[in-house]
Parts: sequence; C-alpha cells; structure tokens
Amino acid sequence: MRVLMFGWEFPPHISGGLGTACYGLVKGMNHHNQEVIFVVPKLWGDEEPLADFVNGSDVRIDYREKRFKKFWKNLTYLEVSSFLVPYLGPEQFKKFTDYSIHDRTDVEESIFSDKFEFSGKYGKNLMEEVSRYALVAAQIARDKSNFDIIHAHDWLAFPAGIAAKEISGKPLVVHVHATEYDRSGETVNQPVYDIERAGMHAADHIVAVSQLTKNIIVRKYGVPASKITVLHNAVLDADIIKSEYEKKVPEKIVTFLGRITFQKGPEYFVEAAKKVIDRDPNVRFVMAGNGDLLNRMIDRVAELRMATKFHFTGFLKGDDVDHMYAISDVYVMPSVSEPFGIAPLEAVRHNTPVIISKQSGVAEVLRNAIKVDFWDVDAMADAIFALLHYEGISKMFKELGSEELKKLKWEHVAAKLISVYEKTLAERS
Amino acid sequence: MRTICFYFQVHQPFRLKPYRFFDIGEDHYYWDDYLNRNVIRKVAQKCYLPMNALLLELIQKYNGKFKVAFSLSGTFLDQMEAYAPDVLESFQKLVATGQVELLNETYTHSLAALKSKEEFNRLVKKHQDRIKELFNGYTPKVFRNTELIYSDQIGAMVAELGYEAVLTEGAKHVLGWKSPNYVYTNVIEPKLKVLLKNFLLSDDIAFRFSNKTWPDYPLTTDKFVKWINAIPKEEQVLNLFMDYETFGEHQWAETGIFEFMRHLPAAVLDQSSFTFSTPSEVAASAPGVSKIHVPIPISWADEERDLTAWLGNDMQDEAFDRLYEMEKLVREIDDPEIQRDWGYLQTSDHFYYMCTKFFSDGSVHEYFSPYDTPYDAFINFMNALSDFILRVKEKTKETNS
Repeated sequence: MRVLMFGWEFPPHISGGLGTACYGLVKGMNHHNQEVIFVVPKLWGDEEPLADFVNGSDVRIDYREKRFKKFWKNLTYLEVSSFLVPYLGPEQFKKFTDYSIHDRTDVEESIFSDKFEFSGKYGKNLMEEVSRYALVAAQIARDKSNFDIIHAHDWLAFPAGIAAKEISGKPLVVHVHATEYDRSGETVNQPVYDIERAGMHAADHIVAVSQLTKNIIVRKYGVPASKITVLHNAVLDADIIKSEYEKKVPEKIVTFLGRITFQKGPEYFVEAAKKVIDRDPNVRFVMAGNGDLLNRMIDRVAELRMATKFHFTGFLKGDDVDHMYAISDVYVMPSVSEPFGIAPLEAVRHNTPVIISKQSGVAEVLRNAIKVDFWDVDAMADAIFALLHYEGISKMFKELGSEELKKLKWEHVAAKLISVYEKTLAERS
Repeated sequence: MRTICFYFQVHQPFRLKPYRFFDIGEDHYYWDDYLNRNVIRKVAQKCYLPMNALLLELIQKYNGKFKVAFSLSGTFLDQMEAYAPDVLESFQKLVATGQVELLNETYTHSLAALKSKEEFNRLVKKHQDRIKELFNGYTPKVFRNTELIYSDQIGAMVAELGYEAVLTEGAKHVLGWKSPNYVYTNVIEPKLKVLLKNFLLSDDIAFRFSNKTWPDYPLTTDKFVKWINAIPKEEQVLNLFMDYETFGEHQWAETGIFEFMRHLPAAVLDQSSFTFSTPSEVAASAPGVSKIHVPIPISWADEERDLTAWLGNDMQDEAFDRLYEMEKLVREIDDPEIQRDWGYLQTSDHFYYMCTKFFSDGSVHEYFSPYDTPYDAFINFMNALSDFILRVKEKTKETNS
C-alpha cells in the first residue's frame, strides 16, 4: 500500500508532539514495509530517510488548472492574526511573540512566483501557509497517481488532505492529535474549528489519539462514533534512562514540566503544591517551561508565600530536561485536556513516579500512575504526599511502569493503522 | 544667609548573576562580577572620573565658597575598591579638601529601616566604620537613608544614633502648602533636623536637563539663577539632591551638563545672594521652623514618592519577608561569606527590579534593571535566596552541634 501523508513538521525540526508522532508512525509503517509519501511544507534536508519526502516549498503550482481555483478562493479569506499556535513549544512561544513584533522576515513571497517558500513554523501568517499548503497538495495529487490513500495530520494539513482527495478521488483519513477544544478550552478560534470540522466531515475515516479525543470529536464536531478509530501513541524508545546527574538539594523534588498554558493546568499544580508544603516543608516544587501563564503562576506563588520552596526554571532544553526528570521524585501532569501527552512516559523512563490527570489520553494506556481529576487539588496533594512518603507505592510504580512502556510500540500502532486503511478502502469499493 | 545644599548619591548594587534552579545547593557564589565590573568601569569613565575632576577644580577655584556632599553606599565602596581604585583615589582627594561632606547610610543600601532596628543599626555602624577606614578617620554627622526613605520612626532611630540631621524628599503629600526650603525637625526627636529635597529644581537638573520637549529647554545657568532669585526671600535653604550619575551617565556629556555645573557656582555667587553649604552646616546654622509629620514612610522614587518601587506587590513582599526571616540565624553565624551575601542580598535594587509598576509608567525602572521583566528578577533572586537559606540552615546546624 502507498500512503500520501500530509504533515506539518518532521524531526529533527519540530516544536512539539506532532512531529514526533509522525516520525514514530512512519517508522512503524516502515517496519511493515508500507510505502509512505510524506509531504511537509518545508524540508530541511537532514530528515531521516524513512519515507519518500516531498518538500512543499519545491512544488510548482500550475495556476492554469481550473480545479485549483476553488481552494484558492475558499481559503484566502482566512487571514487571522489571532493566537493560532498549536503545538507551540515554549521556545517557539518566545520566538513567536518576538516574531509578532518584528513581523514576517523569513517568508518571501511574490505574486509572480509559482512556488511558495513556507516557513514551516507556527508564525503570524500561519493561516496563509495552511491555505497555500492546500494548493500544494492539490498539485501533488494531480501529478502523482501512485498512491492508494491520503492521510492528513491535524488541522494544519486538513485543507491539504481535502484538496488532495478532491483532485485524486482517493479516500482520506484524518488523524486528530489535538483539537481546538484542548488548546483553547471553550473559547475556540472559530476559523481553526471550522477547518477541523471540515476535515473531519470530508474524511472517510478519522483516527484519534485517545478515547478522550474521540469523545470530543463526537460531542463537539458532530461526527458519528463509528467513523472514528482510537490509536494511542507509542514511544520510540522504552529503555530506562540512567542518569549520572545528582540532586544538589536535600529536599525531595516534585516537578511540572511542560508548556505553561491553559491546556496544561499549571494553576492546579501550584495550588496542590501549597497544600503539600503546608503539611511537609521538606519538599521543593519545580515548574519547568514557558508559556503565556508563566507570569501569572509566578504571581500566585509569591502571593502564597512559598517562593523559596517553589522554583521556576524557564524553558529547559537538551540535557537539562533529562537532569530535571532525573532529580524529580514525583512528576505531575495536571492537564485540563490532553489528547495524549507523551511527557509522563518520559518521566517513567527516568524511573520517576507520575501523577496524571484523568483528562489526559495517556491515562488510558498508563495503568501504573496515580490519576486524579485536574481540578481536584486535594486529591493531587494527597497523591504527591503519598508518593513522597510511602516507599511501597512509588517503588511499585517504578518497576511496573517501565514494563508497561515496553508494550507501547509504534509498530503495533502502524499495524492497526494499516487495518484502518484496508477497512476504509474496502468500504469505498 | 541663603544657601544651596548639593548632595549627590553614589550607589551601585552587586547585581546577581543568572542563578538557575540547578545551581541551588551547589553554586554558592551569586554575584555577576563581569557585569558589575563593567558597569563600574563604564560609569567611572562617563561620570565619576570627569565629574570628580570638575568638582575638585571648582572647589580649588572658589576656595571654600563651593562645597558639596556625597553619600557613597557600602556596595559602591566595595566595588570601587575592587574595580576602580582610581575613582576611590579621586574621592579621597575630594574629601581631603575639607569642602566635601560625607553622609552616613546603611552599608548595603538596604531597606532594613522598614523591618529591623537591630539590623539597621548594624548596617549603619558598618558603613561608618568603612568610611573611617577609607577616608582617613572621617566621621559623618548627617544621615541619609536608602532612597531617602524616611518616617517619624526612622527619624527617631537616626536621632538615637546621634546624628544631627537627616535628608529626605520634599514630598508634596507630606508638605502640603509648606515649602521644602526650610529646615524642619523630627516629630519624636525635635533635636534631629530634617532637610527636604526641593524636587522641582533638583529634577530640573537631574531629569529634565536634556529634555527637548520641556518648555524651559535648554537650561542655562542664567535661567537657573533667575529661578532661585525668584524664591521668596524668607526661604533660606535650597536642597538640591540627586544621583551622582546624573552627570555624564543619565545626562550625557554631550548635553552640556558638565559645562552647566562648571559655570553654576560663578553664576550663583555673582548674581544671587545664595552661598553653598553642606548638610551639616545647614543643620547647624538654620533654625528648625517646625516639626514635619511623616507617619507613613516616604522616599524620593517615582511620582508617588512612597515605597511602592521596592515593596508592595506579592513578589517583592515574598522576597523581602523570606530574606529577613533569616536575620536572627545569620547573626549567630561567624562566616564572612554568609555575612557578605546577607548584606548584598538586602540591597534595595533587587526589589526595585521586581517592581511591576513600569507596566503603566516609569521607563526608569527598565533603564536600571538588568532583567527583561520583573518576573525574571524575582525568579533569579529567589533561586539565589533559596541557596542562601540552605547555607544558613546548614551553618546553624554545624554551630549548634
């Protein structure tokens, strides 16, 4: 089987979970000897040659093609300057906010040119890039005919998937890694929601990364449950990471590591920390990361008068991330809405017991973790206290958690995906 | 006798280096030697050296008729000794003329007056000792608290230490209809004279001098003398208090600030009845006209002239309270490095950097801060403080066992 896949980023040039998940999936497909044509808006040239890569920026669009006009018209109205920033890493968040000031510098555009140089980022003109990407997809679908099925990852690539389907007539599978409801709560960006909804309805089948995400798709996007298959993400490497790095402080450390945004529920971590510190002053809490709620969290920690026990590291990269996991005694992910959430699995690899919110997809696959409602700060504080003080339970989590990881393999995911393709193709014919 | 009293504040904090969470428990040195040295060297070239040379020239030229006062913070003295001995030497020369008065303050430019009398007294004493040591046995008679922070209570503490006078801001909300151009006295200890800054004329030099949108731009010595001549005859004292960095650093040499100062003494002495005096001379000669009530502390900062530049938001209060919680433990510890860090961490600038008022006004805060945001300042300070607390607790345990 040949799959024409549309993504937005691919390792090593990624800013979040989407690129990593695509990488794992393509790797899994390789394991089963399936061919993948993988399109990204911008290729950097140092991607691992796992697929037949197509650089969106290299595709010449033939404007004489009448069928393309429709996509052009449909999408050019989407000029939005709001915060359309899915999967925005903390470093990117900073860049993005800087970028908004300096405005566009890295995209050259000319109405006379027939190619479009994508930034491949999540910049201010994201919407323009998304609509251009659909044109590129239409061109590719017209030029290439040697594929059986189209697979588009997240809303950024949905217009591309829809265009490719319309031009080629081949079935479309859309893969939902996150929805606008996860990112923004109830105050969704309407244009993004519209694109998501259009993609889901145009698709022949939908893949969701968790049951939680599937439920959102059914409830908020009006898609019948029978059209959706849940395929949980996996891990690329399940080996336990042994770190030489040693803790420098006598106290135990409880860590939050991630973007400090609404979606990740940082405020619940802060409130739970206060409850724990009141009972046990020999604990340090660390909030690692950056995001639009960082300053508010700092204010709150100061207001609760616990800033000598609650630390902020800013955005961590490279070795510092590993060091942070290594010195943590408990890892907490209190996400308000997390389609999957790969970070707790990283913590497990470092032998760190984890507490995750019930509102996360990863809670569906990780059994050896404490699960609490994100809003239940009392339960969260209890769980933190228990993992810090009762050796038995944290020891058990350490042993069993790593066993569980070994079962989460991308080749299993790919195998299930192949049967989704087969089913979809069968329904077509 | 009508007189002008010049007092210049010279202060540099020990700025913290970027101190990360991962450093807590391991790295016990908090100070950004490179940055601190660079700042001192830069300001030395632009301000301290040329302005000291100019003042020396003026003092010699007017032979006893021109005089000024300085307050040199202890953190400045320490950095000057380490990074700018040439500047120290030029200050020593100035003091040796006998026309330059030195004022006392807290050693580390601290806010201790607001928190702990004991710590306040300790830091004042330390500053006194240090001045004695560096300036040939010199003993200041007049006190100025950090950022001219003053209240009736602080005045009483200062009086108790034996000072004749204290300097503070002529804050509008304290003075009301009264003029700053008189000598007042403390409410609790009436023998302590209170000298108030005339912020209008001080700021004409310190802030507005080079402002081209100011209707009175450019400020000339003739204009300035005309203004002081317009002051009602019965008002005797004009206190011009400002940061020393006004000369050459806040107002660059190109603005003509040095030329203004070079010609000001002659203009004042020739065209007006004003003389020049130091704070202790003013305190000794001018009678106190009345008590001045300052129940709530005032300062010379920002439009509000209150404490909100350093204290008041949650970050500042948290940092301040956590720091001073250590006071009693630190006092029992005999360790020069802990004592040094204890002092330097108290410097008011650290709290100034955490001020969130600049969101609305006061680009002044931004100008002085080595941090991008007050949040960065808070995090960095708290990281260093967390390590400091660990050290203090460890030392305390060692001492007790």
